Amino acid sequence: MNPDVFFSLAERLQSHLSGSEILFCNLSGEVSDFVRLNRGRIRQAGSVQAGGLGLTLIDGARQADAGCDLTGDPDMDLARARHLLERLRERLTFLPEDPYLSYSTEASEGLADMGGEPPPAEEAIAMLVEAAEGLDLVGLWASGEIHEGLASSIGHRRWHRSRSFHLDWSGYRGGDKALKSSYGGAHWDPDRLREKLQAMRDGLEVMSRPSRTIQPGRYRAYLAPAAVEELMGMLAWGGFDLKGHKTHQTPLLKLVRGERVLSPALSIREDHARGLTPDFTPEGFLKPSSVTLIEGGAFAACLVDARAGKEYGETVNAASESPESLSLDPGELPQAEVLARLETGLWIGNLWYGNWSDMNDCRITGMTRFGTFWVEGGEIVAPVEAMRFDDSLYHLLGDRLEGLTRERERLLSSDTYEGRSSASALLPGILVSGIDLAL
Amino acid sequence: MDQLSDIAQRFISQAPACDGWTLRLVAEESDHLEVRQGVVEPSLIGRSLGGMITVIEGAGIGYAATSDLGPAGLRAASERALAWARVHARSGLFDAALYPIGQLTADYRAQVREPWDSMPLASKLDRLRLANQSLAIDDRILDWGAWLGHRRVEQLLVTSAGGRVSQVLEYVHSGLFAVANEGSQTQRRHGGGADGARQGGLENLAAFGFLEQAPRVAEEAIALLSAPECPSDVRDLILTPGQMVLQIHESIGHPLELDRILGDERNYAGTSFVTPEMFGRYRYGSELLNVTFDPSVPGELVSLAADDDGTPATREYLIRAGVLERPLGGALSQARSGLPGTANSRASGWDRPPIDRMGNINLEPGQGGLADLIARVERGVLMDTNRSWSIDDSRNKFQFGCELGHLIEDGQLKGLVRNPGYRGRSADFWRSLDGVGGPETLEVRGVRNCGKGEPNQSVYVGHAAPPCLFRNIAVFGGGE
Repeated sequence: MNPDVFFSLAERLQSHLSGSEILFCNLSGEVSDFVRLNRGRIRQAGSVQAGGLGLTLIDGARQADAGCDLTGDPDMDLARARHLLERLRERLTFLPEDPYLSYSTEASEGLADMGGEPPPAEEAIAMLVEAAEGLDLVGLWASGEIHEGLASSIGHRRWHRSRSFHLDWSGYRGGDKALKSSYGGAHWDPDRLREKLQAMRDGLEVMSRPSRTIQPGRYRAYLAPAAVEELMGMLAWGGFDLKGHKTHQTPLLKLVRGERVLSPALSIREDHARGLTPDFTPEGFLKPSSVTLIEGGAFAACLVDARAGKEYGETVNAASESPESLSLDPGELPQAEVLARLETGLWIGNLWYGNWSDMNDCRITGMTRFGTFWVEGGEIVAPVEAMRFDDSLYHLLGDRLEGLTRERERLLSSDTYEGRSSASALLPGILVSGIDLAL
Repeated sequence: MDQLSDIAQRFISQAPACDGWTLRLVAEESDHLEVRQGVVEPSLIGRSLGGMITVIEGAGIGYAATSDLGPAGLRAASERALAWARVHARSGLFDAALYPIGQLTADYRAQVREPWDSMPLASKLDRLRLANQSLAIDDRILDWGAWLGHRRVEQLLVTSAGGRVSQVLEYVHSGLFAVANEGSQTQRRHGGGADGARQGGLENLAAFGFLEQAPRVAEEAIALLSAPECPSDVRDLILTPGQMVLQIHESIGHPLELDRILGDERNYAGTSFVTPEMFGRYRYGSELLNVTFDPSVPGELVSLAADDDGTPATREYLIRAGVLERPLGGALSQARSGLPGTANSRASGWDRPPIDRMGNINLEPGQGGLADLIARVERGVLMDTNRSWSIDDSRNKFQFGCELGHLIEDGQLKGLVRNPGYRGRSADFWRSLDGVGGPETLEVRGVRNCGKGEPNQSVYVGHAAPPCLFRNIAVFGGGE
């Protein structure tokens, strides 16, 4: 769908409003190719064309939401949307006034095209299968267009489109021995993919060494950016939303209360301007370019969506309560010196399946996965069998944090539960004096 | 279903020229109502309609999903699926001839005694408000809420081999929560159906104890604030059916998924410690462990006539007397592996292709009540209601946490403990099973957020279980 079609649908729908009714229309759609790979071959290949329309009908202080799929046929889509509008109108008569109703009353317009020229998926897959010959490669190719739109009877007209590709894959060398990699973005470069595949082949040579079995205990460790992403994902799970803070549910409660501290080297921001998500919220608010969440180890600010902002009288600064474009400030540790600084311990390429052990103490558990090695004398010695960690972020990002790398990696989300995600993170690696392994 | 039949007929009249095809149409309706801290949250009405065309041409298979179900939209999707089939034919993992095109004709309709629309919206909101009042019993309750939800899914599968499977699944779910805080200690408690769901209508609310459980939920959240931490050592462990759901799900259901064993999920959901050679001989658990794939349990979340490939769904033993018998694999995975399986090829919606999923995975009851299990424990912990779950990519090393624990001493249930958790290995854990509650203790539950697949899919999964006793398990509490 293009913006003209969407705005036209919204205008035709708005012509059916009556009295003091206000209508917000939000569109979320994609035209995507998805190709699953296993053992370097195609497991499942297909395409998805989807478009969802969200409606919020407001009358006075009452509001109700609805959503439906769109077909792309203007008349049929209008009929569906009108049917939903009638349902919402009927429902509003039974609903009480909503004290936390919040929407932008300032009309705004904007068209954002993130550009991008992903290759035809068939061609990219053919090239990938050929280049990965001999690799036990498993993963997903996803490419195509994502678009989001907002149109309101107040006058909002906003459109956000991106065209991109994302190959998220791992290479196996028997059993659980594997490395993970990804290549994504707006501009396709086959040579870059070949470089990454070669790097994986080289890494798998190390992976083919006999695995080291280590015992539970505390180990000095380096966590690569992809592993740090899992830690940030846990913080994002309730760490920064305003409602969670006001109701004392945040895992950072002890930090906010001054009972615990994080490292002064730690600064975390929601960098809307750097990210790939729309610059507007579904209620028509515009996002600031950046929100500092943690500054120098101290809690700075929450993410405030429209509803929580109204409830607690704070300015809206995000579309949702979880970061979508998170950045962790870099440190001073050169990536080239990581192994030497680690000296002896664990190089952890990825962490996986994190969950809270005790949210009150910001204590999390999870697994090492993909590309985790034992290091001795500043040299990678052997892969390590998957281990469970159980530790507090007050340690890993606090008193045991020795340094953050000077270089950072931009990691694109591979999440496709509700369509292809446009979330991303910009992260350094971290060196810690100890991580507790439990099993 | 009439609308879906019309669309299917239209498609059949213009079906693509190829070696085989299927069309799976899905229409969904949903509604969600919630009252939080006494305030009615924005309600959400959902409508969805779309279809997935799967095409087989030569050695290739491809799919295309679209919400444009007009003649041009179906034609464009067919062509796209055909294009992918051609790519698969050149570089596919398997020959598409393995893909079974179903010939089954079947119908299924979930039993609903009290339809969602039989209760006016105002009455539903009144119940939610009433639940909120029962939860807000103390100043230390800082957040609380209640919700009611409805989902109805109509699905029609037609195939080039004459197959036609129509199924109507319907669910009403509900839940309560209370969050208590004192200083830097926060505790949560859920109830009223929050950790269970079933097919059916509003009659489910009574079974969930939707209103009745509200005072207990709030009282337990407050009591947990001052409860001692769960001890950290090795003790006997009794899991209630609410936590058994998670235990079965993570350390039996997922490891037995055949697509994991075949390696399809290694980049995302993971692999399995189970290997093909284990079926028929591997001792998964003690003699008390009997686990079935059972699509015939009335009201359980994944009771149905057939899976999304059109394979008829029948009850099968996965583990019998502790010995592993068969994996969870649909017809395609069975053909790829040469192993037996189950009718469990399922998709989360019209926009995702079927893959191996759990259906209803049930732990069959043993004998006696919960009190009988407790009486057999000299020193242990009882844990209830999952709150944390983590397991390795081969579904072996796990760590789970619960909302509430009780100490057990000399066969007696003692005081509350907070932040209870336990960890172990699937391969060892089920061998420590030493007690399984009887049929009267069996509870039919399930989860509504089982995630897996690339692209990602979240589906409903049913689990029925009695309380169970495990010996010598590593348990722990909270704190740094």
